[in-house]
Amino acid sequence: MPIDYLPILVFFVIAGLFGIVALVVPAQLGPRRPSSNKLKTYESGKVPYGDARGKIPVHYYKVSMLFILFDLEVVFFYPWAVLFRKLKLFGLIEMGVFIAILLVGYVYVWKKGALEWE
Amino acid sequence: MDWISLLLVPAIKSLVVVVALLTGFAYLSYVERKLVARFQVRYGPNRAGPFGILQPISDALKMVFKEEIVPLNVDHVVYLLSPALTVMPALVIWAVIPVSGASFTLFGQTITPYVSDVNVGLLYILAIASLATYGIVLAGWSSNNKYSLLGALRTSSQMLSYELPMGITLVSVLLIAGSLSLVDIVQAQRGVWFALLQPIGFIIYFICGLAEAGRSPFDLPETENELVSGFATEYGGIKFALFFMGEYIHMITISALATTFFLGGWYGPFVNQIPVLGLVYFLIKVAFMIFLIVWIRASLPRIRYDKLMHFCWKFLLPLSLLNLVVTAVVLVLVG
Repeated sequence: MPIDYLPILVFFVIAGLFGIVALVVPAQLGPRRPSSNKLKTYESGKVPYGDARGKIPVHYYKVSMLFILFDLEVVFFYPWAVLFRKLKLFGLIEMGVFIAILLVGYVYVWKKGALEWE
Repeated sequence: MDWISLLLVPAIKSLVVVVALLTGFAYLSYVERKLVARFQVRYGPNRAGPFGILQPISDALKMVFKEEIVPLNVDHVVYLLSPALTVMPALVIWAVIPVSGASFTLFGQTITPYVSDVNVGLLYILAIASLATYGIVLAGWSSNNKYSLLGALRTSSQMLSYELPMGITLVSVLLIAGSLSLVDIVQAQRGVWFALLQPIGFIIYFICGLAEAGRSPFDLPETENELVSGFATEYGGIKFALFFMGEYIHMITISALATTFFLGGWYGPFVNQIPVLGLVYFLIKVAFMIFLIVWIRASLPRIRYDKLMHFCWKFLLPLSLLNLVVTAVVLVLVG
């Protein structure tokens, strides 16, 4: 029922208020004595050089792409699992085929070396 | 349905949950320091009050009155918002977790032991838990610091990767319970806890929970000896405390969810006769899980990043799929 979600909305508002208060109030309480050294980017005491947002290893991109693929497939498990008691053997065979297809993709990804991390 | 039961009761319940979580966080930090100190044959905090019991309060006051430092090179708005974005999801997960089995009546209002029992509770939890990644990624990116960016990248791909085996394991729980509502899942464990029916699932869930919360031995988000403080490097004062809070509340949440999904939630001896025992059992189980997490932190070294990823993708993921298939086959055979 949609009305069940109203308390969650209320909870969101309360948590949001807490976040705002926690960010705004202490900022007014503390002292403020900025100096140029204090506001520099922290690089373990060395003079910072260059921009932080340079090239990053492709692994991270790979992981997030694989995550999206597999996570979308996992989402299909949920309605199946809820209805499993009604589907019985039919549901088992159907999901067996689905998992088999998923595994083909998984083995392919593994053999291609996409799960390696050098 | 009037406005009192629609808005006021949920608002008061949410406030109670938020205050309980914040207190829990404060004293969890104390308990953890004390426990780790004992594991290392030290005393731990023992100056503020008897046995150092006032230490969290003194820490909180110190954080609140710290100078607000915003480095010059950061992306201002995102930098300031991301600590709140990390804490908020950690709090709102608790909207659907049932802490006890029995409702009670107060001032003519029926008070249920959860803020809301939605019929897609488990999906809600997974969705909100994924939101926590945003705060960390945005913090790392907006800080414009090499350590922060690297820490954020590592953290986000770690959290993403470990979400997969966790999601698949929870499907096995779902198969047995047959409902996405957390209350129904706990009620399905009236006889036998799912930890006994799903021992492998419980272990996979626990490992993934450690990784999701960034706890040792998966505390790669911090790695203070190579990345200073990871994504939180450029943060100080209350903003740093909010990240810290997010991590610790996440730890409480992981323990509470382990209790709900695997350890029978509020069930225990005599809970039908004395309903208030439900809350006590729930808290004892959560405390036990938290103790386990702290124990692991005190015992195990951090694992290397490539091994962390290999462990997840090449071991946990196939194992959780296998666990799911075995569960389904056994369920069909048993009928």
